[in-house]
Amino acid sequence: MPTLNDILILLPEFYLVAAACLLLLLDAFMKPAQRPLLHWLSIAVVLVAIYLVIAGQPTEARSAFGGMFLRDGVAETLKVFALATTALVFVYARPYLIDRKLLGGEFYTLMLFAVIGIMLLVSAGNLVTIYLGLELLSLSSYALVALNRDAKLPPEAAIKYFVLGALASGMLLYGMSMVYGASGMGGTPTLDLAQLHNVMSYTTAPTLLLFGLIFMIVGIGFKLGAAPFHMWIPDVYQGAPTPVTTFIASGSKLAAFGMAWRLLDGGMGDLSQHWQLMLAVLAVLSLAIGNLVAIVQTNLKRMLAYSTISHMGYLLLGLAAAGPEGYAAAMFYAICYALMGVAAFGVMLAMSRAGFECEEIADLKGLNQKSPWMAFLMLLAMFSLAGVPPLFGFWAKVLVLEAAIHADMLWLAIVGVVFAIIGLYYYLHVVKVMYFDKPAEGSQLQAQADKPLRVVLSINALSLLALGLYWGPLLGWCRRAFGL
Amino acid sequence: MFNHLLSLLIWLPVIGAIPVLLAGSARPNLARWLSLLVAVLTFVVSLFLLVQYDPAGNAMQLVESHLWIASWGVHYGLAVDGISVALIVMTTFVGILVIVGAWEVIQDKPHQYMAAMLMLEGLLIGVFCATDALLFYALFEAILIPMFILIGIWGGPRRVYATLKFFIYTFFGSVFMLIALLYLYQKAHTFDLATLAALPLTFREQAWIFFAFLIAFAIKVPMVPVHTWLPDAHVEAPTGGSVVLAAVMLKVGTYGMLRFILPIVPDAGAHFAWIIIVLSLVAVVYIGYVALVQEDMKKLVAYSSVAHMGFVTLGIFIAFALVREQGNTDMALVGMQGAMIQMISHGFVSGAMFTCIGVMYDRLHTRAIKDYGGVINVMPWFGFFYVLFAMANCGLPGTSGFVGEFMVILASFSANPWIALFAAFTLIIGAGYTLWLVKRVLWGEITNPHVAEMEEISGRETFVLASFAAAVLALGIWPQPLVHLMDGSVAQLVQQLAIHKI
Repeated sequence: MPTLNDILILLPEFYLVAAACLLLLLDAFMKPAQRPLLHWLSIAVVLVAIYLVIAGQPTEARSAFGGMFLRDGVAETLKVFALATTALVFVYARPYLIDRKLLGGEFYTLMLFAVIGIMLLVSAGNLVTIYLGLELLSLSSYALVALNRDAKLPPEAAIKYFVLGALASGMLLYGMSMVYGASGMGGTPTLDLAQLHNVMSYTTAPTLLLFGLIFMIVGIGFKLGAAPFHMWIPDVYQGAPTPVTTFIASGSKLAAFGMAWRLLDGGMGDLSQHWQLMLAVLAVLSLAIGNLVAIVQTNLKRMLAYSTISHMGYLLLGLAAAGPEGYAAAMFYAICYALMGVAAFGVMLAMSRAGFECEEIADLKGLNQKSPWMAFLMLLAMFSLAGVPPLFGFWAKVLVLEAAIHADMLWLAIVGVVFAIIGLYYYLHVVKVMYFDKPAEGSQLQAQADKPLRVVLSINALSLLALGLYWGPLLGWCRRAFGL
Repeated sequence: MFNHLLSLLIWLPVIGAIPVLLAGSARPNLARWLSLLVAVLTFVVSLFLLVQYDPAGNAMQLVESHLWIASWGVHYGLAVDGISVALIVMTTFVGILVIVGAWEVIQDKPHQYMAAMLMLEGLLIGVFCATDALLFYALFEAILIPMFILIGIWGGPRRVYATLKFFIYTFFGSVFMLIALLYLYQKAHTFDLATLAALPLTFREQAWIFFAFLIAFAIKVPMVPVHTWLPDAHVEAPTGGSVVLAAVMLKVGTYGMLRFILPIVPDAGAHFAWIIIVLSLVAVVYIGYVALVQEDMKKLVAYSSVAHMGFVTLGIFIAFALVREQGNTDMALVGMQGAMIQMISHGFVSGAMFTCIGVMYDRLHTRAIKDYGGVINVMPWFGFFYVLFAMANCGLPGTSGFVGEFMVILASFSANPWIALFAAFTLIIGAGYTLWLVKRVLWGEITNPHVAEMEEISGRETFVLASFAAAVLALGIWPQPLVHLMDGSVAQLVQQLAIHKI
């Protein structure tokens, strides 16, 4: 029987479920003219959820439902940022959705359910909760990708996403079943991550356990979008409506990091010497494929998709270091990437209009002349993604490189910086197009006049500069989450 | 105010760039005057630095240190020694001149141009006074952003190629330095340069770190064979960009060598000094010949910059050879002094040369030497300045160019007469390419009818050129104040060369 205490620990999640259902009902009974109200309601719902997460923060890690659900520093931090990026996506998406007549309850409720999935995932204390959270997030995401169902690309992207995602979920589940089985060889079978932690010491089937681990890493790699499990990323990024892409690029990555950490450090911490090397290989492949293929992209969304793959490579650098310092660096990186990704896609959303998707790199030609402020915000996002100081992205890179060197993987850090040089090119190319090229003949580039979008986007992009100048508190927060 | 003099110097131009940017393209004159005001204020503040700095006192002065990132122990640490003071004052001085120089020349988005210049100036000052390696690195890299924009927007026809090459080339070098710094952090748990200087390192470690540092700074200086970005960047950059690039940014490379290679990896530095000496001689002799055959004025001066910077690196590393192999500290001091003076002198001379080329380019819109000829007939005053700077460029006694080169050659002679012989080649080759340039551009009959229409320099241009000329002559005739300013710091550096860290 769940106790009141259990429910209190899950209060933000319960609240969000209730609010999402309520919004769904409201949407059904509202007159079409009142629909825009949903937008503000959803933002309010998310803001209240952030408040509940922060206000209800326990002083020490707590668990509910017999260890199924954990509420600790890592979960809290990831939840706050996942909710915050969702709120940002809501703000940025409004003009885009209005122009394309997509503004309705589906977008908001699906987004909210996806966030609930993220929150469950990062708080999971049990293999079942992980799977539950992952599926909630994934199923909502599949539907979100197909939101614009009458267009050509979105359904195609959604199907690809769904098929590959289902395959990866299957792999993950298969791996979990093996781990469960292995834990039963020589002990009581368990799905609880904390109890699994020392499974190596008592299981009599280490090979089975390792097989399970490999399958689980496939699932993690897919969710992160790390090469060689990255195939879905470019198509989904390009095909999905830009607000959904923004969400997949930001909130989803925080979730993926949370899941990877829970599974690997929480459940398979005993096997770290095995998965460290696997993650290092994934990192090198992601860095190489992401950065090299991004160079030849002409579509900005696809380019950012490959850039995501490379950034997941850097994140894996921190995870592969397999220590609290490395995890803190990786979490810092995930948060940083989410902020940068939202800013970059935010500028694309701000420049899109009815009948014009600002998604080719060439669409940004001469942006500095048409809209110098938007060009400047994009410049900040690009230099930050490229990792040029003093912007935020640079420090995130420094942290994961340091973590890799700290874990005696100097070679990995060197691979990381070499690919940072290669990656620099395509980010500079975007700046070049915006600043050095003349606007195309009859170019109608004009930023959306939506006030909230402009103000919030400006704060978002300028925060990349501000956090670049003073990133100590955020690092401190990440380190505290891992008990440093 | 004196407690935060260095912070003020860094942040005044950086923050000052914001109102300039806000003035917008609608009010270009407001932007120009604002940026001039900021630049002059910065220069005035930097003069306080001259007053406050005590050359006889302790090495690092005007120390500012605040904990920046607590969990990493990174400090916002600033301090200056004599060398930094000289470089900072030169930076602020050149800062005014490039803004005055661009006054009417930059008509397209002048507010963005001026703002980028001011930011660049602030960041460069920051590089010259950072005492925390991570802060240094961040500023060192951040410089690239405004320069990238400056070359890319206001540059010549091949500007995009040049600016991308410039950015990626320099970024390539510095990331290895970052790895080296992170490695050092593992050992010392701090980025404080003074602590890192005291950190014992095995020779193997030192060697790797040495090459990581070397690649970063050698590209910035630039040394042969990684100099190829410089001619492109210089040729395509707007005049102001070229001036800052040649006068100040190249010095960041040699300054970095002084701050990182010398104190942190002295043993590896001494062991591999011959590589730098050979490369410096190649720069002096071979690049001198390359300069001789250039048909583009800017390229010619760019190559001559590479050759002159070869003298700086030669002076620094010949000191290693002198101290370690002969124990000849006095001569090492002379070599190091010479390198420092050459750094400052080259800043003024190359800045002036690029300004001169800019003045001609604004009138004729070509940089090809063959399009000119007989310019002196229509622009006698300009001719006067041009010849003066040309003389300084080939190292005529009485100009600043002579002092540094002479001292470096003198020190090389004590180390090895052969080195001195090759180094002294510059006196011939340098005179060759510079005088030949003057001959083809200034003297002779006017063959190109457009040259006949060139107007004499305006009051604004005269001001810029006369300021450069004053600096060049002052340093040439009376270098004593500059020598005195840097004396103690140079002696300190030479002492560090002798310390074994293994």
